[in-house]
Amino acid sequence: MELILDIFSGICFFIGSLSIIIGACGLIKLPDVFSRIHAAGMIDTGGTAFFILGMIFQTGWSLITVKLILIGVFIFFTSPVTSHVTANLARQKNILPVGKKIGKIL
Amino acid sequence: MKSLILFFILLTLWLLMSGHYSILIISLGIFSCAFCVFVAKRGKLIDDEGLPIFFIPRLLNYIIWLFKEILKSNLSTAKVIINGKVEPETFTVKASQVTDVAKVTYANSITLTPGTVTTKMQKDVFEVHALNSDFGNDVRTNEMDNKVTWLEGKN
Repeated sequence: MELILDIFSGICFFIGSLSIIIGACGLIKLPDVFSRIHAAGMIDTGGTAFFILGMIFQTGWSLITVKLILIGVFIFFTSPVTSHVTANLARQKNILPVGKKIGKIL
Repeated sequence: MKSLILFFILLTLWLLMSGHYSILIISLGIFSCAFCVFVAKRGKLIDDEGLPIFFIPRLLNYIIWLFKEILKSNLSTAKVIINGKVEPETFTVKASQVTDVAKVTYANSITLTPGTVTTKMQKDVFEVHALNSDFGNDVRTNEMDNKVTWLEGKN
């Protein structure tokens, strides 16, 4: 039983670190501010979700599990706010995104 | 009524976070939760916006669907970053929700799925930036909009 849980949490940690590495590459590689926010959003969601899932497999069923789930919930509520603030500030400074614009934008 | 619900939510959070169940600690918790509810009531923060309890019955269903979407779009974003085929596009969508909380939930859900970000909003029109036309089409089909309107349950 211990071994199976260890294997599951190992897989979760592997997927989490993979998505963080790909997100970090995207932060450097993508062309402008708005595209880079997508890569940061990938670190925020995929990375943290899989890391917390892996840690839940490690702790088993206790009060620490509840605290880990709460950490996940708070990150899921706050990370889109930071992404939106970054994007909105760039738009307020009149930085227009590269690429095509469909219809009339605000 | 709403203050009572807020009090019990806060107390549950206290009991789960503290992990000590002596009489002193629990009475301190009850006291501080009651004080928080008192301050929130004095500041008129307990309304549909501060405590959106009308979400709760349908929340679990929505969260499961949202997690599935996040997983799918994480995979596609990783593919786009590795391939390097980036064709960003900006467009506007219309939100059909009534309350402000539901609009914020919709905008947050768009931002939470990687590949799409809400950059600006005016009344009920959102400006969305997508990494690729596939991500853009996902938002333009209005599937998420309908889901959030269903979650709101007002019409």
